[in-house]
Amino acid sequence: MTDMQAAPAASPTAPAPGPGKVPGKAPAGPWARMRRRSLRHGGVMFGAIVLLGFIAMAFLAPLLAPHDPLSQSLSTRLIDPFWGAKPHPDHLLGTDQLGRDYLSRMIYGARISLTIGLVAMVISGVIGTAMGVAAGYFGGRIDHFVTFVVTTRLSMPVILVALAVVAVAGSSLTVVVLVLGFLLWDRFAVVMRSATRQVRDHEYVAAAQALGMPVSRIVMSEILPNVLGALIVVATLEMAHAILLEAALSFLGLGVQPPTPSWGLMVSEGRKAMFFKPWLIAIPGAALFVLVLAINLLGDGLRDVMAPEGRS
Amino acid sequence: MTPPAPENPAHEAPAHEAPTDETPMLELRNVSRQFKVSRGLMKGSTNLKAVDDVSLQLRRGEVLGLVGESGCGKTTLSRILLGLMPPSSGEVLVGGEPMSAADRKARARRIQPVFQDPYSSLNPRKTVSQIVSAPLEVHDVGAPGDRARVVAETLDLVGLPRRVADSYPGQMSGGQRQRVAIARALVMRPEVMICDEPTSALDVSVQSQILNLLLDLQKELGLTYLLISHNLAVVEHLANRVAVMYLGRIVEVSETAKLFAGPRHPYAEALLASVLTPDPGMGVPDTQLGLAYPNPIDPPSGCAFHPRCKAATDLCKARRPETIRDAAGLVECHLATPAPLPA
Repeated sequence: MTDMQAAPAASPTAPAPGPGKVPGKAPAGPWARMRRRSLRHGGVMFGAIVLLGFIAMAFLAPLLAPHDPLSQSLSTRLIDPFWGAKPHPDHLLGTDQLGRDYLSRMIYGARISLTIGLVAMVISGVIGTAMGVAAGYFGGRIDHFVTFVVTTRLSMPVILVALAVVAVAGSSLTVVVLVLGFLLWDRFAVVMRSATRQVRDHEYVAAAQALGMPVSRIVMSEILPNVLGALIVVATLEMAHAILLEAALSFLGLGVQPPTPSWGLMVSEGRKAMFFKPWLIAIPGAALFVLVLAINLLGDGLRDVMAPEGRS
Repeated sequence: MTPPAPENPAHEAPAHEAPTDETPMLELRNVSRQFKVSRGLMKGSTNLKAVDDVSLQLRRGEVLGLVGESGCGKTTLSRILLGLMPPSSGEVLVGGEPMSAADRKARARRIQPVFQDPYSSLNPRKTVSQIVSAPLEVHDVGAPGDRARVVAETLDLVGLPRRVADSYPGQMSGGQRQRVAIARALVMRPEVMICDEPTSALDVSVQSQILNLLLDLQKELGLTYLLISHNLAVVEHLANRVAVMYLGRIVEVSETAKLFAGPRHPYAEALLASVLTPDPGMGVPDTQLGLAYPNPIDPPSGCAFHPRCKAATDLCKARRPETIRDAAGLVECHLATPAPLPA
């Protein structure tokens, strides 16, 4: 990851010391320093730009999409994309077996992936962080209990449980999001637990206790800001994880239901024609790959950028 | 509003004269603290007595040094005093009032800590002014506008330029950080400060500045200090009285000058002998302690110090010595004789 920093990101305009600061005593607050470091960090810049691009695409889908993603046209089925043998100017990425515009379906599909990624990440993040911080801060019986629950959860294969729940509860976007949100908190809990244990042993936590600070405030103002780096890394990892799991569930036919445009479902539908029209699965696959890569690079880079004691 | 003014009891006395006020500022009565130590699978657990039936008084306005080697229970004692850890038995009295675990805030206003390592005691994500004003916010003292002024005054008091208020700890030196930690402790104007090795993490050149600052503040604000240290020179410089701790027990309490002139407990004697001399040719001094520190899980019989004591007798092995409290202080040794009361 550190090699990425050599990437031609914004050239540093000599880190000028903030006004009123002691000269020679470098940077201002952590946020200013973080902004400056981010601009020089290739991974963060790439990840942020790509992710923002996908988010913008999802929000502006009705404006960007040239066609209705659901409208079928049997006369224009399986048109090649613009680099193919017989492209059509109306359908830049071609059409699928039902004659739906592939570009429009890709654009609308970003909504599904990002929604599922974000919501599942938030749900699991809240559950896992609460459990992990409680276990790490209080230790003792609470720690034993949380560790037990995490172990129990880890012994269940996510895909199988998700399949079982979806099979019972029926499959819809809401069900998929909830299932993933309630299944993916384990890594949050494990990482937050050990990060909190580390931070708890610092004397500033003892100082906060000695000045009578309530536990809720100690957690919010002393613990959480100092485990934020780890939290962001796990959050991005889990967001990418959730996006991939949704694609997998949709591919298996138990995620988002047709005709909703989901990248995983598009791969699944394109599978039947993959030997003749490989772009049917290559395009959504590539989109998934780029999105997941961008999210992971962003999370990884943010951790570097946020470290208080600087990693060069 | 201002933080509560320090109760300044006719306090023009210089630091090295014992103050007169009668009620002890801080008192420990028969305080013990045990930890359960697991001895491995299926073997159950055993108790480690980190602090064993300690009674100790801090007089108003004095500096009490607490010395002893690593693992003797000094830090456990300070955590009990700060309310970070409840004692297993016994009680802590502040200004004559017993303090229970429920009075966290009341205790916090009167007792504040200065920790050892200023690199660990300041939250790296908060600015100096956020760190120093946190106690005011937690105790809801003063309007937000006033707080900035109180913080600025406190920074003046500890000798920091006001412009550091917006700096982060990462931008400061160790000595400056320790001054911030002292400012945080002082901003509520507590009566007692527990200084746990306040200089041992600092450069030698900065240590004396911080010690002199502590001494000046003590005189200026009439503070009472418990100074925990293994550096005897520091203790000699700052403390009025010294308590010597060994294996969870206080084995001697004396006036500083008397202790350094003639320790009564053989352990105190060995500690004094262990001080390095400035002359490198002299080598490491022989404390005659010989044996390693005993296992606190399985303390020696009788007087806990007997395996390392060059004057130990059979009595020392068999029976724990009585605590002798006399005019000179406190000593716990079979070989010591009570000092005659001054006529």
